[in-house]
Amino acid sequence: MPFALTILPFGLIFGVVAKEAGLDLLETMAMTSLVAAGASQFAVLPMLEQGAPELLAILTGAVVNARMAMYSASLATVWPRSSLGMRMLSAYFLNDQNYALSFRRFRERPDAVAANKLGFYFGVGGLTVSVWVLGTFLGAVIGEQLPPSWSLDFAVPITFIAIVAPILRGLANILAALVGALLSVLLIGLPFGTGFLIAAVCGIFTGYAVETWLQPWLQPWLERRAPDKASGV
Amino acid sequence: MNEASFWIVVLGLGAATYLIRLSFLGILGGRALPAGLVRLLSYVPVAVLPALIAPMVLFPKATGGSFDLPRLLAALIAFAVAAVVRSALAAILSGMGALWLISAFLP
Repeated sequence: MPFALTILPFGLIFGVVAKEAGLDLLETMAMTSLVAAGASQFAVLPMLEQGAPELLAILTGAVVNARMAMYSASLATVWPRSSLGMRMLSAYFLNDQNYALSFRRFRERPDAVAANKLGFYFGVGGLTVSVWVLGTFLGAVIGEQLPPSWSLDFAVPITFIAIVAPILRGLANILAALVGALLSVLLIGLPFGTGFLIAAVCGIFTGYAVETWLQPWLQPWLERRAPDKASGV
Repeated sequence: MNEASFWIVVLGLGAATYLIRLSFLGILGGRALPAGLVRLLSYVPVAVLPALIAPMVLFPKATGGSFDLPRLLAALIAFAVAAVVRSALAAILSGMGALWLISAFLP
């Protein structure tokens, strides 16, 4: 279960960072179990610290999590027949790891009975969410005893790099990433993390524009294959 | 941190994230997402993550926001390993390992 292994330190670091940001244990655990989406929690935390307008923080987190609409749509095409209540329960457990593993499993075994598919989905989902919540708890409780020389704070960007680097293939993905990174640094002075939000949205539209207009236009010159679709986080 | 606004954000973002997750599973019926929207959403990870990463690498919180060469080098090493080896675990281990080594040798 290597996918669960990487979630534990990630949750641990969120627990540490949340404590440093001034959240108490109840607040940290409420955030980690109600939102249950790591990248958005890391994005919103500094905004909370700076007293950003609530709607802006919610919007920022929602943009980070917008990829899950894609997961939801994609998973719905292979989802077994099940009640609305079951689907409402399953939505909570939809995350990066569970999407990737369940989608592959449902595609590979289309004839498996619904109970088998749902068992797999809730197994992976339950495990990932529990490890995330447990990691956060440990981080919030024992985090202060970890020596600063371990530089655990830096495991956050390192983890994001490890996720994004392999999917940066093709012109559109690379330009989307460059615009996102560059604007985010240039606009760092804007209040309440607005710079990040603008950078992220501009990066997304850059990728879209490059794929839609620039690449077809360059096609005759380049004849390169289309970039692989990004997924993950 | 403001108590009330913390809970507004956590409940608001929790609800928004849940609805995003539920969106298509909730209505089901194999209804396809419009192709343009799929294309737009496919760029969320590659745009959002670098926008989160870049300031963390260039202005790390641990150094009070001032540039730190070991951190930049460690990030570049992690990036190279992730791009070449395509293993998240290998990239994380080599990035953190590089940071510890470089910090130990650079004053």
